[in-house]
Formats: sequence, C-alpha cells, structure tokens
Amino acid sequence: MTTATALPGLFSLGLARGGTELREFFRQRENVVFTFSLPAVIMLLLGTVYVKQPIQGQLFAASMVGAGIISTSFVGLGISIAADREDGTLKRLHGTPMPLASYFIGKTILVLVSSLAEVVLLLAVAWLRFDVELPTDPKKIATFAWVFLLGVIACSLLGTVVSSLAKSTRSAPAVLNLPYIILQFISGVFISPLTALPDSLQITGAIFPLKWVCQGFRSVFASDEYQVLEVAGSWELGKIALVLGAWCVAGLLLVTRTFRWTNDNR
Amino acid sequence: MNAIRVRGLRKAYKDHQAVDGVDLDVERGEVFAVLGPNGAGKTTTVEILEGHRRRDAGEVHVLGDDPGKAGRTWRSRIGIVLQTATDAAELTVAESVRHFAKYYADPRQPDEVIELVGLTEKAKSRVRTLSGGQRRRLDVALGIIGRPELVFLDEPTTGFDPEARRHFWTLIRKLAAEGTTILLTTHYLDEAEALADRVAVLAKGRIVAEGTPATLGGRHSADATVRWTDDRGPHEISTSEPTKVIAELAKHGELAELTVSRPTLEDVYLELIA
Repeated sequence: MTTATALPGLFSLGLARGGTELREFFRQRENVVFTFSLPAVIMLLLGTVYVKQPIQGQLFAASMVGAGIISTSFVGLGISIAADREDGTLKRLHGTPMPLASYFIGKTILVLVSSLAEVVLLLAVAWLRFDVELPTDPKKIATFAWVFLLGVIACSLLGTVVSSLAKSTRSAPAVLNLPYIILQFISGVFISPLTALPDSLQITGAIFPLKWVCQGFRSVFASDEYQVLEVAGSWELGKIALVLGAWCVAGLLLVTRTFRWTNDNR
Repeated sequence: MNAIRVRGLRKAYKDHQAVDGVDLDVERGEVFAVLGPNGAGKTTTVEILEGHRRRDAGEVHVLGDDPGKAGRTWRSRIGIVLQTATDAAELTVAESVRHFAKYYADPRQPDEVIELVGLTEKAKSRVRTLSGGQRRRLDVALGIIGRPELVFLDEPTTGFDPEARRHFWTLIRKLAAEGTTILLTTHYLDEAEALADRVAVLAKGRIVAEGTPATLGGRHSADATVRWTDDRGPHEISTSEPTKVIAELAKHGELAELTVSRPTLEDVYLELIA
C-alpha cells in the first residue's frame, strides 16, 4: 500500500506549482507582451499630456505603478484562473493529491513575480521618459514594500473571486477589465487629484483597494509637502494598511465561498 | 474488499434524472466496462466515483472510502484520465509528466511512463503541438504516474483512428496485466469486448444488464442461427441445438456457405438499450 509513504508537503508542492506557473506564463509570448506593456503604454500616452512639472511626473508614475500591479494581480490572476478552470487544469489537479493551498501558493509566486516585473518596467519608463526620481529613503522603500504586498494580495484574492463570475476564458478579460478600468478613473490614476471628482465617485473609489494602493505609492514617490493634495490632506498610511488588510481578509473569505474547480454545475 | 461498491446511486440535474438507482461492484484487478449510449449517465456515474461530482443519494465506496469525503491519500491511490483537457499547453511532454510525478509519494519513473504511452519521441515537444491521439496518451501518462490502484477512463478512444485505438488497447492491457483495476466507459462494443473482464450496460440512468462480454444478456445461451445455401437458395434455421441440425443436414452432402452464429454483442446491446 502506498498510503504508508508520506505525500509531499503542501509548501514544497506550492513551490513546484510556482515554477511550473512561471514557466507556462513566460512561454506565452503575446500574453506577456500585452499584459505587461498595456500599463506602460497608457503611462506614456497620458503622461505626455499630464506631466508638465516634475512633481506631476512623480505623482502620476506612483499612481500608474499602483494601476500596474492591479493589472497583474486582479486582471492577470483572474484571467489565469478562469483559463485553468476552462482548459481542465483545475479539474485535473482536483483528481490528484495536490492540495488547493499548494495551487494558490503557486499562483501567489506567479503574481508576485509578474507584479514585480511590471513595477520594474513602469519605473524604467517613468525614469527614462519623465525623469522620475526613484525613492532612496529606506523608510519610503519599506512603505512601498508593504503597500505592494498588501495590494497584490488583496487584489489577487478579488481577481480570484471575480474569475468565478466569468463563464469562460473568452469572457474573463471583459469581466475583469471593466471593474479595473472604472476603478482607475475613480481611484486617482487617470484623473488626479481625486478632489476633481464628484463626492459620490470619490466615496465609491475609496471603498476599493486601488485608491489606497495609489495613495500609498504617491507617499513614496512625492515628498511629504504634497500630501495636502490628497482628499484627506494627508497620506493616511494607517488607514491604507487597515483598508488593504480588511480586503485581504474579506477576499480570503469570499474565495473560500466562491471557488469552483470547473465551469459546469456540479 | 471490492475496488468499487455502489448501491442505489442517484443524481438528478435540473431537467432529468441522469442516474436512477445504479448498483455496481468492481473487483480488484478487474477491467470493468460501462457501456451505454450518449446521455445514459456514464460520465455522471464515473465523475461521482472520481469525487468530481456530488450525488443526490446512494452509497458509494471507492477503494473503501466515500469519494465525496475522501482526502489526499485517497486521491493518490486513484488515477483519472481526462478526455477533453487542453491544459499544460506550453509545457513539454516530459516537463508535465515530471511535474505531476512530484505530487505523489511513490510515483513511477517519468521517462518510463512516457515510454509506456509511446511518447518518447515527443518528450521534448510542447504539449500544444501534440495530435489528438498523442494528447490523450499524455492524459493516460498523467493518470498513471502516481502508480494508482484504480484508473478511470471515460470514453478514452472517442475520435481515435483504428490504429491509434489498437495502440491504446495494448496500453490498457499492459496496465491491467500489472494488476491495476480499470473502470472504463465506452460506446464502442468492440472496445468493451476486447478489454473488459465484465461489462455493465447503462441505459437511461439504470443498469439493464451485467456480465462478461461473452454472456451479456444471455448471449451464450441464446438460440443459434444456422445458415447455408443450396440449389433452392439461402436457408436459415434458428435452433438451440445447432450441432444436431448440422449433423442432420450433412447427410445430404456438402453444405455451401455454412455458418453458425450467436447474437453479437451489438445485437444484445441494441436489444438492451431499445
């Protein structure tokens, strides 16, 4: 009986999944090129209009980096899980001793790596085209790190939840991109400062993670005198941590309730 | 203990009763085929046994556990061969087999499995470049990499050309010879006849007959048909004693085009599902 031998650990299987996820992801060339380049292209186009003074470049680049990691986590992960559900990846895994937790560890590795790559690309464009200064203060870099992590985790979980709404791989990009684009409008990415928006849109935007991620990144890329431009007149770092943390918890609960292995009704 | 034991299994979808009281026993080491037309409930039944689908009622034991509640250890003892998956498209054959081997405590050697399913020449090819038949053989490789005690094959050769089917059958026979229990669904009668120790015919969610391919539906004890031709044309006699009939006829000399036939599996099957 094979039952006597221990099955591989959850975490080592997660690492194996992560390696395979990355390998598959980076071999899909068009996917990589288009997923990655879209935020950079938008940054180039909008930046050319918006950025007149250095501080505008700093603030805009920070918001675009926020939007960039939401595209790799929320949109990217959501599409990849919808695809796994449709092409049989999840069904096959469900028939093996691989635990669901290891699958998600693998996806986490994929999202962290692709999000970091997105940040690097966006910062490179910002630096080359808009002369954006990168933060050197360790305190600011630490802020960047925790906002990045919380933002990526919260949005990954939400992308996983929303992927369950997509009936097929074909509809997944539409289902995920609509909220993403709306959020970019009302979270201070495309339209900045946020105070230019009507109150109702400001409040709606403040419910979701993107606004807080962008605000956190603005605190990293702009000096503290510019926090007066924010809606609250300050960077609100504590509140950012609170809102993003709450979304992580809510996202996890929603994922456990909505996750499906396949598209058909069991 | 049987590999599979099912009593009173029922499953309904919105508009119809897909499985309507199925009882099933599959012994260890047996190749068991579930025959039935499309929509008979074959896939639903198998997916419940695999733990992929919930049941409405009934008692189900697969390798001693309830598939609806069984955990990782149980899943490491079964092998599921998927039919329609297009996953792992960007991996190579060898990469995907090696990756799945990592899930198990005591997997087979990936290279040996690739050899067994006849994909050695394709080991370094991306999965998306495989033909339909090659893709299904990879599915078998991934289904057996964990050294399963029981393998599920749901209509494994649908869409295969005749040569590919023969190769596939050889592969299944190899697995069976190693002592693996195999549950196979098919709507090809020759496949059931070629591979299965026992068959069950499923129609409209119920098992309407069960037995060895040779005895299914009373096939072995049914009347034989003796046919021959003489100056007056072709003749046909239905009899329970064909030897006696032929002995009688032989007194008149050589019989042209003499045949003795029993109902084919197809005759019995068509009768059963009608």
